[in-house]
Amino acid sequence: MSLQVIMFMILGVGAIVTALGTITRRNPVASAMNLVAHFFMLSGLYLTLQAQFVAVVQVLVYAGAIMVLVVFVIMLLNVGKEEAHHESFTIRKVLGLVFAGAIVVQMLAIYLGSSPSAMSQLSSKSLTLGATESIGTVLFNQYLFPFEVISLLLLSALIGAVILAKRKVD
Amino acid sequence: MNLQSVPIEWYLSLSAVLFTIGVIGVVTRRNAIIIFMSIELMLNAVNLTFVSFAQFLGDSAGQMFVFFVMAVAAAEAAVGLAIVLALFRNKQTVYVDQVNVMKW
Repeated sequence: MSLQVIMFMILGVGAIVTALGTITRRNPVASAMNLVAHFFMLSGLYLTLQAQFVAVVQVLVYAGAIMVLVVFVIMLLNVGKEEAHHESFTIRKVLGLVFAGAIVVQMLAIYLGSSPSAMSQLSSKSLTLGATESIGTVLFNQYLFPFEVISLLLLSALIGAVILAKRKVD
Repeated sequence: MNLQSVPIEWYLSLSAVLFTIGVIGVVTRRNAIIIFMSIELMLNAVNLTFVSFAQFLGDSAGQMFVFFVMAVAAAEAAVGLAIVLALFRNKQTVYVDQVNVMKW
């Protein structure tokens, strides 16, 4: 096994384990810490794909900004452990789990059952494509208009969040 | 320089598994903050698919999409958590099964 395969296995298994930890912990803070670990695992996976910029932004934005916000809200609301639910398995939940399992089995069968695709190697341009220089060039030329629109979206989300979280709308 | 020996199917399969874990989290949990974190799990699973296709095909569009998805996720985090705060202020709970004013 090459080093790439070993790295993929470690990071992939780590990502799945921390994702499962996120959705199974009763304590929301433990969930949030699992999710932070999950973001670091994904960042490592982006590095194995030679996407350095996305890997760094993943840690900065998700682990750095979004998770701080989530942990802050958990602290502010002082939510404790979720008490055990009396009717934890309704027919709706069982059906949901069955369908989720069926879809993932189907997808895995399609991905892994088919003959080996032509895409078994990273593109020869992948190293330059993942660098900040190439991303900046494309972002400020080809995708300039979406970039400006996304700033408007962030502004409106900011105003919306302030209005929603305000004690009373006058 | 090309060191890669992990085929794209592995990345796609991992992404599918992570997305499904996110879906199960949304379906089974009652705490609104944990449902919110499960949505982040799903967004990240899709991001992994975008980046792997971008890097295997040698196209920059996938990484641009990831950039925009992250911006939308940040906006969603701000608004979503503000909604949870407003919910807690009005109902003193973050459990979604105890909030049924819009259900009949």
